Amino acid sequence: MSANHDDRHHSPDPHGRALRLGVGGPVGSGKTALVAALCRTLGPVLRLGVVTNDIYTTEDADFLRRAGVLDPERIVAVQTGCCPHTAIRDDIAANIDAVETLEERFGPLDLVIVESGGDNLTATFSRGLADQQIFVLDVSGGDKVPRKGGPGVTSADLLVINKTDLAKHVGADLTVMSRDAAAVRDGKPVLFTSIREVPEVYSVAEWVHGVVQSWAHTQAHHPHGPVVPTANA
Amino acid sequence: MDAALLLLADSRLPAGGHAHSGGAEQAVRAGAITGTEDLARFLRGRLATTGLVTAALSAAACHLAVLLGSHGEDGGRPWTEPSAAAAAESETDARAAWRELDAEADARTASPAQRYAARTQGRLLLRSGRRIWPSPVLDTLAQAVPDGVHHPIALGAVAAAAGCSRHDAAMAAAYTSITGPATAAVRLLGLDPVVVHRVLAGLVPDLSGVARTATAAASGTVEAGVAARGTAAEAVLRIAWEELPAHAAPALDLLAEQHLRTEVRLFVS
Amino acid sequence: MGVTTGGTTEVTPVQAIGAAPVRGGTGRRALFARAAVATALSGGRTVLDTLRSAPPLTLRQTGPGTVHLVATAAGPLGGDDLGLSIDVAPGTVLTIASVASTLVLPGPEESAESVLVVDARVGAGATLVYAPEPTVLAAGCAHRMVVRLTLEEGASVSWREEIVFGRHGERPGRCHARFDTTAGGVPLLRQEFVVGDPAVDASPAVYGDARCVGTTLLAGPAFGTPPGEAVISAGCAVLPLAGQGTLVSALAPDAPTLRARLTWGETQILPA
Repeated sequence: MSANHDDRHHSPDPHGRALRLGVGGPVGSGKTALVAALCRTLGPVLRLGVVTNDIYTTEDADFLRRAGVLDPERIVAVQTGCCPHTAIRDDIAANIDAVETLEERFGPLDLVIVESGGDNLTATFSRGLADQQIFVLDVSGGDKVPRKGGPGVTSADLLVINKTDLAKHVGADLTVMSRDAAAVRDGKPVLFTSIREVPEVYSVAEWVHGVVQSWAHTQAHHPHGPVVPTANA
Repeated sequence: MDAALLLLADSRLPAGGHAHSGGAEQAVRAGAITGTEDLARFLRGRLATTGLVTAALSAAACHLAVLLGSHGEDGGRPWTEPSAAAAAESETDARAAWRELDAEADARTASPAQRYAARTQGRLLLRSGRRIWPSPVLDTLAQAVPDGVHHPIALGAVAAAAGCSRHDAAMAAAYTSITGPATAAVRLLGLDPVVVHRVLAGLVPDLSGVARTATAAASGTVEAGVAARGTAAEAVLRIAWEELPAHAAPALDLLAEQHLRTEVRLFVS
Repeated sequence: MGVTTGGTTEVTPVQAIGAAPVRGGTGRRALFARAAVATALSGGRTVLDTLRSAPPLTLRQTGPGTVHLVATAAGPLGGDDLGLSIDVAPGTVLTIASVASTLVLPGPEESAESVLVVDARVGAGATLVYAPEPTVLAAGCAHRMVVRLTLEEGASVSWREEIVFGRHGERPGRCHARFDTTAGGVPLLRQEFVVGDPAVDASPAVYGDARCVGTTLLAGPAFGTPPGEAVISAGCAVLPLAGQGTLVSALAPDAPTLRARLTWGETQILPA
């Protein structure tokens, strides 16, 4: 038995593990719904694990388990002690532990999604925890939010603007949001969704599948070989 | 004091400590902590019981790490000392020595919820500690107790790898035994953080006393074991860890178990 | 060990081998005492091989395999040096109880500690039930209690300890109790209780507003299987230990409530 096989303290070789995808954004923007949708759409083609960071106890994890989108064992909840942003940015130890526990128990995995607790516009994932991150906004916060920027909006690898079905009710102009986001995001993608209307979130799932494939491609020394099936999502 | 102690005791050390309240969240929920006066009594009692026990285990682990680490491959360590001969003769003995100390921590932790919290924190600390201060001793410890060693043992071993003394290790354990719950209470009750720090400042003499007592207990225990040795390997395995303090805090045990059974909670423990 | 109203109590040694007064004073003299009980297996039954009293520790056989501690002197008093040795031979069964609670009192010299050391060995396949009445810490006492319990493979034990912080409305004296249990050479439970330290007494982390603390340690095949996880109720936690055993731990405002909580906790263990 290799030295690190029986050793849960070992940090795995970055070339031999799943892509870690952070999903962050303000409270109520639809993070958990997006994670559920991704599990539903990508579950048949990718080997998945999910880590939730609830402000209160295990509500999001319980929601995902009830949604039946993934084997409940593959959903792990991390408590964050009143500070959701600390757990994804300053002290990522508990999240890393949860991710590695999932990989050890169910690995090899293709993708581990880490959903942050709902927080403010400044909360982003540490690069030590997430290889790629999605920031989720919703239109009901008003169409000025992208213009205001903040690290989540400007630096996330993908910006998702959700609840487009509500735009007409709250007087939000999607064109303005799209233009403002593009201006602060330096060419990084922005996708509009209405998870309520299109629960498969094809556009986001396609983006995620793409980054997982790129990730696998970079893993020249992957001990398990390429882990991403070639089937289209 | 070694400057590395400042890094080790800092709440910003990325080792998962921020998510533990040490029973404070449940005590707040139960109405046992409502303000700074209750909090001061809570912290003083916590320090005198759990704080002392963890400080002694941490000092003991630091001592053991030095004994084991001064053996063989790691001659360049600043903390190598002449007692190298007392180190375990093999990796197997070293792992057995760690497991013995870990079993002593188990015997002092009657509550399963507290054991779970201690092992979770220990696993996270050791994971970060091995990346910050790489050391073969820490690798051995991680392999000896793969699911996570008790936190004070991880703390003592990491302290040794960072170049800290036993007394530093004890101080770090005693300090974190009260600062974690104090911070949690600030967040949960909206207490004035300056007033809470005044409470902590008032506990400084207690902290010093606990660290001193804990270090003396650990040193006495180890030295007795080493003095009575046959071979070096036997010496490490013969240390009478039972002499270490074992102060119980029944209310903390109850709080820890109640906390785990509470639906809505912010902290892990 | 028994209730006393204080003052001089006549010492009537009953089989008082090994008891000797060691120091003078205004009350009764401080005592040095070493009492012992040991069982043996005789024709498949438990017999008492040794039953040695030493006041104030007086042992009486009250049934087959049952011994009671009875009061033949006040105390422990400050200055007393008391030891009780219990040896339960492999395959035998012993129950130790007491007829009344133990009131620990200050001695004639205020600074002198009373010390009680109980050393118990339970042999392979043997069973020990140790269930004395509570220890009450009277004002001004200074007591040290040490229990060393050694379980061999397959031994069973039910060990109850109850400490009451002073008589009704009384501030307790000082007490430092230490319990060490090993099973098959491996530590099972190590606990110390300190009473009378202002840093600890009123702390919500330690005793809260309780006036008594108690534990029952249950281990071994005779006492069933530990619950899969901890069970809790008001003031009581049933805690499966890391090793093979369960600790029932309780806090209470008074001794009857403490006993009720411990008894409830003991019933949470799944029957053998």
